[in-house]
Amino acid sequence: MFNTIYRLVKPRKFETEFTDIDLNQDVVVVRPTHLSICNADQRYYQGKRAPEVLKKKLPMALIHEGIGKVVYDSKGEFTEGECVVMIPNTPVEEDDIIAENYLRSSKFRASGFDGFMQDNVPMRRDRLVRLPDGINKEVAAFTEIASVSYHAISRFQRFSHERRNHIAVWGDGNLAFITSLFIKYRIPDVKLSIFGIDDDKMSEFTFADGTYHVDEIPEDMAFDHAFECVGNMASGTAINQIIDYINPEGTISILGVSEDPVPINTRMVLEKGLRIFGSSRSGRKDFEEIVQFYADNPEVVNYLERIVGEVFDVREIEDFTKAFEADIHKAGGKTIMIWNK
Amino acid sequence: MNFGVILAGGVGHRMGADKPKQFLHIGEKPIIVHTVEKFALYRGFEKVIVLTPEEWIEYTKDVFEKYLGNMDNIVVIQGGAVRNETIMNAVRYIEENYGLDDAVIVTHDAVRPFVTYRIIEENIAAATEFGACDTVIPATDTIVESDDGQALSCIPDRSKLYQGQTPQSFKAAELKATYEALTEEEKEILTDACKIYVIKGKPVHIVKGEPFNIKVTYPYDLTVAETLMKGGRDV
Repeated sequence: MFNTIYRLVKPRKFETEFTDIDLNQDVVVVRPTHLSICNADQRYYQGKRAPEVLKKKLPMALIHEGIGKVVYDSKGEFTEGECVVMIPNTPVEEDDIIAENYLRSSKFRASGFDGFMQDNVPMRRDRLVRLPDGINKEVAAFTEIASVSYHAISRFQRFSHERRNHIAVWGDGNLAFITSLFIKYRIPDVKLSIFGIDDDKMSEFTFADGTYHVDEIPEDMAFDHAFECVGNMASGTAINQIIDYINPEGTISILGVSEDPVPINTRMVLEKGLRIFGSSRSGRKDFEEIVQFYADNPEVVNYLERIVGEVFDVREIEDFTKAFEADIHKAGGKTIMIWNK
Repeated sequence: MNFGVILAGGVGHRMGADKPKQFLHIGEKPIIVHTVEKFALYRGFEKVIVLTPEEWIEYTKDVFEKYLGNMDNIVVIQGGAVRNETIMNAVRYIEENYGLDDAVIVTHDAVRPFVTYRIIEENIAAATEFGACDTVIPATDTIVESDDGQALSCIPDRSKLYQGQTPQSFKAAELKATYEALTEEEKEILTDACKIYVIKGKPVHIVKGEPFNIKVTYPYDLTVAETLMKGGRDV
C-alpha cells in the first residue's frame, strides 16, 4: 500500500514522499493520532545538528513521541481501532545483559529511520503497547519522554545506595518536571528539591518539597542523590554544582543531552566516591511499566496534563511549520500535534 | 454505515496498453491494488465495493486474491455502461445487502492510488454532514474557455476555479433519488456524479485534495507515479 511520508528534507523544509507497505508480511499498521515534538526533533528542524549529520540523515520523517490507532494487523492480534503507543527504539538483536536501547545496532525513529509523521506507520508488533481506555491522549502522546525518565529512575534504583532520604533534580523543563514527579511517586517518603533558573516554571513543581534558584543555593544544602535534566552546555555547570553539594557516595543520573562534550570536576567525583551514570531512550519494558504506572496512579496523569502546551490541529504541511515554530518560542510545556494530515 | 466504491470501469484506451490502466503496475503491484488497499485499511468502511466491466471481474478477483488475500471486506461486482450507472450499481448492491438508511458512499477512481487517510476521513465527515462532497485542489494553470475550439471565448477568474479529483461522496439514498429524478437529457450531460447534484441545485461541499492525488491516465502519469515512489519500501 502506498504510504505518504512527510519528511524533513532540509532545515525548516518538509516534503511529501511515498513508500510501499507490504501488507502480506507480518506488520501492524498504525494511524498516528497524537504526536509530540521533542528537542531532538527541533535540532533537526532548526539545523542545529552538525552538517555531516544532517547530510547523512535527511530526508527523514521527524517525531518519535506519539500514539495512534491500529488500522491493520496481518495476524489479527490487535483489534482495529485499538489505541497504542508506538515505541521508537527498534532493536535488531537480543542481548541478555545489555538493554535494547543501548545496543549499538538498534535503530531509532526520527534518528536512524523515519519517525511518525506519516499517513500510516508500519510497525513491528513488539513495538506497540496498548493504552488503557480513557487515558488523556495528549499526555499519552509524550509517553516516550516519560518512559525515558521512568527508565532512568529504574536504573537509579539499581545503581544507588539505599539512603534515599533527599534527592535533588537539576532543571525546570519538561524532562525535569516528569522525572521529579515520578521520583516523588516511586520513592516513598523522599524529600525532593528542585534546582532551576525560572521561578515561574519551578512554581509548577507543587509536589516538590523545595525549589531553589541555582544562583541562590543555601550553603548548607546537601542531598543523597541527584538527577541532571538540564542538557546542552549548561549541563556541565549543573553536574559540577551537583558534585559540589551531593553527599559522598551519592549517585548522579545524567539525562540532559549536549551536542558538545562538557567538562566535569572529576577530582571531586573521585574524592567523594560518586557514581555517575547516563540514560538515554527506553525500551519495551519501560513502556509497559509506565502504562501500568499511569493506570495505577491516575493523579500522575493529572499532574502531567499541566505540561501539555499548545495543541495544533495538523492538516497541512504549513501546520507542521506552525507547530514547530511555536514550539521553538514556547515558554514551556510539550507541543502536541493532533494528526489529521 | 460507510462504503468505499472503487470505480474501475476504465478500459484504458488512453494509456495505450493492452489491459485497462488500473492493472498496470506501479512498483511491485497493480495500481488498483494500491488504491483498494487504502480503502480496505480504512476501518470506517463496512465494505469496499469494486466495480469493473463484466469481462474483467474474474481477473480483478484473481489480482485481489494474489495481492490482498487476507482482506475479507472487498467485493467485486459489475459496473455500468457509464460512470454514474456504475455508481448506481454500487448503490443497488448496498440497498439489496444492507439497506440505504444512513449509507454513505465514498466513490473513488481506481487509478488514484495516492489518496490519503485524511481525504477519505474528511469525505465521510462532509458527506455525512452535508449530503455530498467533492475533492478538489485549487487550479494552478489558467483555464480558458473556447466555444468553437478555435478562439478564446472566456478566461474565468482562476481564484474561483478548482480541479476536480476523487473521492466524491454522497448519502446513498439521496444520490439515488436525485439521480432518478433527472431527465434522460440531463443524464446525457453528466460528466461526474457531483454534477447530478449541481444540475438539481443541491449543495456539494468541498474537501481539499492533494496535488499528488493524481489520476494515472497517460503513460506520462505512470512515470510520475513511479517517481513519486522514490521513497522506497518501508518496514
